[in-house]
Amino acid sequence: MSIRITAPFDRQALSRLRAGDSVLLSGTVLTGRDAAHKRLCALLDEGRPLPISLQDQAIYYVGPCPPLPGDVIGSCGPTTSGRMDAYAPRLMDLGLAAMIGKGFRKPSVVESIRRNGAVYFAATGGAGALIARCVKAARVLAFEDLGTEAIRELTVEDLPLIVAVDSLGNDLYVQGPARYARA
Amino acid sequence: MREIDIGRIEETVYALCRSACCEIGGDVLGLLEQGLARERSPFGREILRQLIENDRLACARHMPICQDTGMAVVFMDVGQDVHLSGGDLTQAVDRAVRRAYRDGCFRSSVLDPLTRQNTGDNTPAVLYTRIVPGEQVEIAVAPKGFGSENMSRLGMLTPSQGLEGVLDFVVETVRLAGANPCPPVVVGVGIGGTAEGCMLLAKRQLLREVGAPSPDPALAQIERELLERINRLGIGPQGLGGDVTALAVHAAKTPTHLAGLPVAVNMQCHAARHKRAVL
Repeated sequence: MSIRITAPFDRQALSRLRAGDSVLLSGTVLTGRDAAHKRLCALLDEGRPLPISLQDQAIYYVGPCPPLPGDVIGSCGPTTSGRMDAYAPRLMDLGLAAMIGKGFRKPSVVESIRRNGAVYFAATGGAGALIARCVKAARVLAFEDLGTEAIRELTVEDLPLIVAVDSLGNDLYVQGPARYARA
Repeated sequence: MREIDIGRIEETVYALCRSACCEIGGDVLGLLEQGLARERSPFGREILRQLIENDRLACARHMPICQDTGMAVVFMDVGQDVHLSGGDLTQAVDRAVRRAYRDGCFRSSVLDPLTRQNTGDNTPAVLYTRIVPGEQVEIAVAPKGFGSENMSRLGMLTPSQGLEGVLDFVVETVRLAGANPCPPVVVGVGIGGTAEGCMLLAKRQLLREVGAPSPDPALAQIERELLERINRLGIGPQGLGGDVTALAVHAAKTPTHLAGLPVAVNMQCHAARHKRAVL
């Protein structure tokens, strides 16, 4: 049974989610991956304003394919989140409420998730065509020159996600494999 | 001497790129179905169902299975009695990749490693040629995403570590990779040769029909043992826990130096894309 949730987030609703919950996400999410994160943090280093607000938002780690004619977006599954570990705590400290990606996070990121009451969601890696069906609109918000790596706003409907790390710091990437490992 | 126009090479690489990115093979789909039948984890089963649905949808709509349409890795075995005429082979392959990625609405993922400036058309392709007997040209295209490529590993083991060391290295590579290479994975293993030759041998194993055992009985036994050990790790589909961590292990060996025991692991996500044609 999936829990329906809306982004940008109501922090209380977010704090009720637990690692292992299945979620259907609707609303708007930001996209960003390697190059966009590097630029955001470079702006922060220079003390300059960010081109987007992160408050209560989700960043979906994705670099979509161009859309087929008539579609709003091409295949758009998650990329490996670990590469954004160097940047994520800083963005959570600025109000980022959730991240959507695939793969495990460093302990320091899990700790930052707990400290900020954030959530890390797993989307299904390699299900890009299926996920594209949940995207109803897409527009570039910043860094258009980065192409697929630009920051976009995606309007999503019933995007299927799994809570991988909850706001208490419970980590499904640790708990899940431990449950099924056979000596 | 057989003459083959370079334009035919270009058209073939173009068609293989177009189909490889959108049409998963029956070998992979069959193994995903088998995995679904034996997976104990409810998440694992749900993910496998999503992957099967995704792969069918991508094929039906002719859209990419995964947004990471990869670097275009092209393997070409050229018969020594063939004369390729009418242009430059490398340029023809790059033209094919440029056109296929544009026409297919595939992602351009290739960039300068240091400036990170995207080339904008997914070129250059990665081209491996071999001269072989005969008068045919065999071409295989395997788009390679980097979620899995990043988790690949080379070990220059010592002879004292032996087969046990090789097996442990492969299992440890899959364990360290965890969720990152998008399991269920296909594990390409190369044993022997030189450092670079070992890695290429591992990559070539990803071109085999997924799940088909090595024709060498000893290697087939190694593949079975590795698959069994990997699937006991508990990583499962997408690394959220489960029984189906790998769909297959493909291993090959080649003679090496008396002072060495190289082992290479080239990881492949479940979108194990490869298409082949013979001219």
